[in-house]
Amino acid sequence: MNSKLPLPLEIHDLTVAYQKKPVLYGIDLEIQEGSLVGILGPNGAGKSTLIKAVMGMIRPDDGFIKIFGETNRKGITRVGYVPQRENIDWDFPVTAMDVVLMGRIGHTGWFKRFSKRDRIFAAECLDQMNMLPYADRQIGNLSGGQQQRIFLARALAQQSDLYLMDEPFAGVDAVTEQTIVDLLKQLRNQGKTIVVVHHDLSTATDYFDFLALLNFRLIAYGSSGAVFNHDLLQKTYGGKLTVLSEIGEKKMNLNSPESRLFK
Amino acid sequence: MSSIITFLTGPWATPELISWNFQILVMGFLVCISCALVGTFVSLRRMSLLGDAISHGILPGIVLAYLFTGSLSLFPMWIGAALAGIACGVSIQWLHTKTRLREDAAMGLTFTTFFALGMVLLGLNAENIHLDVACILYGEIGLIPLETDWYLFGKNLGNQAIWSMGFICIFTQLATFFFYKILLVTSFDLSLAKSLGIPVNWVQYGLMFFLALVVVASFESVGVIMVLAMMILPPVSLSFLFTRLPCILWSCIALSIFYSLGGIHLAYAMDFPISASIALTAVFIFLPCCLLGSKGGLLIGLFDLVKKPQIEDCSTK
Repeated sequence: MNSKLPLPLEIHDLTVAYQKKPVLYGIDLEIQEGSLVGILGPNGAGKSTLIKAVMGMIRPDDGFIKIFGETNRKGITRVGYVPQRENIDWDFPVTAMDVVLMGRIGHTGWFKRFSKRDRIFAAECLDQMNMLPYADRQIGNLSGGQQQRIFLARALAQQSDLYLMDEPFAGVDAVTEQTIVDLLKQLRNQGKTIVVVHHDLSTATDYFDFLALLNFRLIAYGSSGAVFNHDLLQKTYGGKLTVLSEIGEKKMNLNSPESRLFK
Repeated sequence: MSSIITFLTGPWATPELISWNFQILVMGFLVCISCALVGTFVSLRRMSLLGDAISHGILPGIVLAYLFTGSLSLFPMWIGAALAGIACGVSIQWLHTKTRLREDAAMGLTFTTFFALGMVLLGLNAENIHLDVACILYGEIGLIPLETDWYLFGKNLGNQAIWSMGFICIFTQLATFFFYKILLVTSFDLSLAKSLGIPVNWVQYGLMFFLALVVVASFESVGVIMVLAMMILPPVSLSFLFTRLPCILWSCIALSIFYSLGGIHLAYAMDFPISASIALTAVFIFLPCCLLGSKGGLLIGLFDLVKKPQIEDCSTK
């Protein structure tokens, strides 16, 4: 907060409602540069809504969002977004390579054709996701995990400063899961900021440095060790936690008392 | 055997027929290309029915433009139709977002209302209007050679209707070429388009504008109902053959030649209306594509199921 550089993502008093029924209420969140953040919460807690509000796909009813110190409409050009798989039209006539090249449009401009360098760079991104052999496949002809890796390759090609990923681990195979984790850590080590919507409690502390617990309100935000404890998980998941309490108990030994609580 | 020869040579038997049918062929070709290019993006955005709605919804605009200017010239009609088309699109959007109505219901409600308004306007002014309802609905490409010639600096350049359709066709092609990346990204992934700073709403309105432009330009020849066949059939047929958008767009041009040629021959041989024959030809081309197309064709799909039950996963080391 007292650093001179503007924060990658600053959300203040954000409230979002669908047809007068609030989904998110009074969210305050400040994410420091270079953080790898997981957003956790039960189904319908507003995780995706939060990401969509940042992307400007949903208009908030109250509060504001700043991306690198600018309004989210302006700052959005520095954001790479990995959409949820079911939001993609998989019958669309594009190949894996075409999708990754779309990530380069921010660099080549809206009208200019892609240069050879763009193509080489896109191929490198595909290769990093081990997807180069599938470059000419139509995207619907790929398995779920491969499809996810295409969109991560596109995110790489975008060379954004802030990444928002909506459930990248949903329904992917073990190989892809590991590839994604490696990619997240690599991006973080490059100083990028990554915010990931996640739903698997058992892997949360291994994958992310920071966790945001969300259920209609922001229950807690802090380093994974500090936030991932029984009380806060209970608060987030409510009655559903009985099944999950074991995981919380296991991880409790790791936690430290100073977690930043937001109410 | 002789019937096949008649089928092939019939429309081109005498010099008069050649000059007459050639004009129809060129007009059909231009209409098909323009419609197919716009239609490809319309169908990619899952807006096929919106195209239908708008093509009907422009009727009051056409009638009003005619009432105000008293001429059938393209420009005022296009303005009228474009305004009506956009009003139609906006009210569908408004009904869909502000009320409980689903999008399909909003579309059905809006375009029938607009169409009815157009019919009422036509009926009220029946005595001083020379627009033929049947012509608006079905078009009559067979009468295109009767259009007046276009004179520029005293030089006769030939049929005016073909020239204006030609300009619109080139305009559509240039726009597709120039805005290709923007159209691709906004159609495929709206969130990426937004994060690139592309004004997605304006792209949407721009596409609707082109839709109105092409529908108005083509309604004289193929009518507001058939125009949808020229828009939707090329991209859906080609989607069974190609997996990349540029291939589909380029093949639309080739397909347009087949559509208009086939339409003329079919119409001549069977004494069908030409616009309906073009649409039928489009369906005849669609069927083998749908059955035998290498990308998800029905028969190929059956064969694939037997051969490889699932897509092999890329397990990497």
